[in-house]
Amino acid sequence: MKHDPVLTVAITGMNAVPDNPGAGLAVARCLREAYGQRIRIVGLGYDALDPGLHRREYCDSAHLLSYPGSGTDAFFERLAEIHDIERIDVLLPCLDAELPLLVNLAPRLAALGIRSYLPGPEQLARRAKDRLSDLAREAGVASPETLPITQADFFRDCERKDWPFPLMVKGVFYDARMAANREEAEIAFRAIVAEWGLPVLVQRRITGEECNLAGIGDGTGALLGEVMMKKRATTSRGKAWAGISIHDEELAKTAQRLVAALKWKGPIEIEVMRDNQGVYQLIEINPRFPAWIYLSQGVGRNLPAMLLALALGEAPPALQPPRPGMLFIRYAEETIVPLSSFESLMIEGHSEPESQQP
Amino acid sequence: MDNNQDKQGRALELPKPEHLMRLALSDSGFVFDPVTGNSFSVNGSGLAILRRLQQGTDLPGIVASLSEEFEVDILAAERDVIEFANLLRNTFR
Repeated sequence: MKHDPVLTVAITGMNAVPDNPGAGLAVARCLREAYGQRIRIVGLGYDALDPGLHRREYCDSAHLLSYPGSGTDAFFERLAEIHDIERIDVLLPCLDAELPLLVNLAPRLAALGIRSYLPGPEQLARRAKDRLSDLAREAGVASPETLPITQADFFRDCERKDWPFPLMVKGVFYDARMAANREEAEIAFRAIVAEWGLPVLVQRRITGEECNLAGIGDGTGALLGEVMMKKRATTSRGKAWAGISIHDEELAKTAQRLVAALKWKGPIEIEVMRDNQGVYQLIEINPRFPAWIYLSQGVGRNLPAMLLALALGEAPPALQPPRPGMLFIRYAEETIVPLSSFESLMIEGHSEPESQQP
Repeated sequence: MDNNQDKQGRALELPKPEHLMRLALSDSGFVFDPVTGNSFSVNGSGLAILRRLQQGTDLPGIVASLSEEFEVDILAAERDVIEFANLLRNTFR
């Protein structure tokens, strides 16, 4: 039984490759700045090279998980093993692929004493890419027409079927590539099928400016603490490398309608394109915080801290009013890792601060 | 603005007043739109025009005050304002 008053929070998504980082490290950073040493942060990852696992200023200890693909039971058993060591109070998942498992495991985890703040399975399913158009229609939000396809032959004569290039080619779970012609579309189709399976989604390309909104749904239909960002520079995969906080009531209302329609519970990221007519077109809804969530701390609306309070059943902290005009600029940095720490993660699946000693 | 015609009687087309009013203007000429996240820079004349537009000054008023402040004749000032208005309109299209 744990006797110390320090809260233990486990955070996943400690991967941080520059062109597509997970949100875990940013969530840990937000919580460390809000709570200091009043919390212990347990970093959870899938690879001993996940950089967040080695950042001791944010993660007090680190563990490797079973891949979600290994099945619900294996995933649960590994979490239970880690819980035996760490006595986790709250689990904050930060990767899309974990959510289907964790929303189903939430009651079993709660029985162990691990709290979370997650949507239900139906809520999660309704924001999936292949059902997004239905949700947008229900919420009265514009979204680009999307078509599921199962054969690359679609691209042979798609222009005759009123699907002109360029088109977006998307995996049903992840990945989105722009295709300017048939060849590019077929390459994208094959790559996405190989990684994510069928169907593949074809979406009309919207030109405009990409804006994202992060917030927390309270489970009754309210959106709490929205933070909006416009991308100012992107990686080759379209991920934000620099962005600036904005505030648009129209975008806030768009997000509120979607969250209300879903009765979403938990963190959420809503990706939209502001088209050339100024209409927000819904592109994607992610069931987690985005990698740029540290911007929320930067604008005085520390959403991970609010999420932790909600998970603990506490009143969420008061937030500053929206503060447009705050930039974030991402950068790559090397973390020095003692061999002992890497070895410990590789062999035993966990590492502790003392194994950092050279 | 009620009186936004040039000396030839052409109407001056400007972005919507709410778009202009929300802009954050810095003395350096840096302009930030908090709704779209766009930023751009303007020279001294552009900044002077934007400030007057935010104050609700009409075209003759802007032209007269620019003419005085920058010591240019009325026609040149009016030409600059119209040219700048076109730039603004494209920016907020």
